[in-house]
Amino acid sequence: MSLNDRLRDVFVDALQLDGDVDVENLKYRDIDAWDSVGHMALVAAIEDEFDVQFETEQVIDMSSFKVAGDMLRGLGVGE
Amino acid sequence: MSVFARPQAERETALLAELTELTAHHRERCEPYDRILSSLGTPTSFDSMADLPWLPVRMFKTHDLKSIPDDEVFKVLTSSGTTGAGASRIYLDKEAAAVQPRQLGATLREVLGGKRLPMLMVDTVGIIKNRRSFSARGAGVLGMANFGRNHVYALDENDRPDVDAVKGFLEKYGSEPFLVFGFTFMVWQYLYEVAREHSLDLSNGILIHSGGWKKLVDIAVDNAEFRRRFAADTGLTRIYNYYGMIEQIGTVFLEGPSGNSLYCPEFADVIIRDPDTWQEQPVGRPGVIEVISTLPRSYPGHVLLTEDLGVVHGIDDGDWPGKRFSVLGRLPRAEARGCSDTFSGAVA
Repeated sequence: MSLNDRLRDVFVDALQLDGDVDVENLKYRDIDAWDSVGHMALVAAIEDEFDVQFETEQVIDMSSFKVAGDMLRGLGVGE
Repeated sequence: MSVFARPQAERETALLAELTELTAHHRERCEPYDRILSSLGTPTSFDSMADLPWLPVRMFKTHDLKSIPDDEVFKVLTSSGTTGAGASRIYLDKEAAAVQPRQLGATLREVLGGKRLPMLMVDTVGIIKNRRSFSARGAGVLGMANFGRNHVYALDENDRPDVDAVKGFLEKYGSEPFLVFGFTFMVWQYLYEVAREHSLDLSNGILIHSGGWKKLVDIAVDNAEFRRRFAADTGLTRIYNYYGMIEQIGTVFLEGPSGNSLYCPEFADVIIRDPDTWQEQPVGRPGVIEVISTLPRSYPGHVLLTEDLGVVHGIDDGDWPGKRFSVLGRLPRAEARGCSDTFSGAVA
């Protein structure tokens, strides 16, 4: 599975998204599920799935699906 | 880059220029603020930080003060203080909402580093379970969650100490550095007391706490005693109190490693004022705390007179450069009222 597909699954699982949400264009606080509580669960789920550890600054800056994907690429996760 | 590097004279030069610009920015965009300053005859340039015009913090409870158009309001923070008059309303646009966690992060990085540590939250797990209704306290706890990982809560859903959860956390993570966060009184009652009773070893912990001492002063625990007893009874010595308020969200004044003094990050400062003359007090003399920060751009909260008493202990002579100070408690209500009445009159 591609990085984007895996990340999309993590978002859907961690934030319990409905099928009609446009996950790849999602931004922090766009929807109720991605609030500060959802963010904690999401960060932990991404770390588990990709076996990475984000630093504090990255957690604060993870403001969209796209940013999260770019951070993973920056940490060496393959496409 | 550290936000605790510049000596006082250097930071004042930079801050004065930024705050002069910010004052003009808010006068242009926040009509009631401009009206207050005009009625006071406030000039547009200032010789020193102490000359900058301040607003009493309670004005955010009585007036809608914002420097952004209605359609750019992204988030409204509310908090009720301890002294009535309703809740403060703080308006943030997207940019302001993004800046404040970053600056809080830059400040706490000084003592936490960049890595997220396993984190013990001295609060109730109900905060994340009842996510639609969390309080200002809940918002504070969740704002800190970014700094840690594998969060464990020290209180159960019914606000009872969950000793097994704390023990489990320590068994798993207690042999390496870990992070503890909570409000001061909760930390004392639900972590210190529990740790002492169950002989828990907290010596690898780094504790960040805030929220005021009123309840602890009643049982004769001040900052020094808090530190002494945590060290003696639990082994916890890395303890950092901080002082901050929702009206300057993102700005915190952080206790230095040696304890008992709060320090200002470079984008902020404090001035202690004589409650009778409003002149700046010299080092060592208590007065009313004015908090200054360059963060508020979406509302005119860059220079605020608090309702707290404090004292500056020294300048450029502690763990970090700049002023170091303590908060001594709340201002008696009558004195605060005298001051904000003047301003209410100006706005009416």
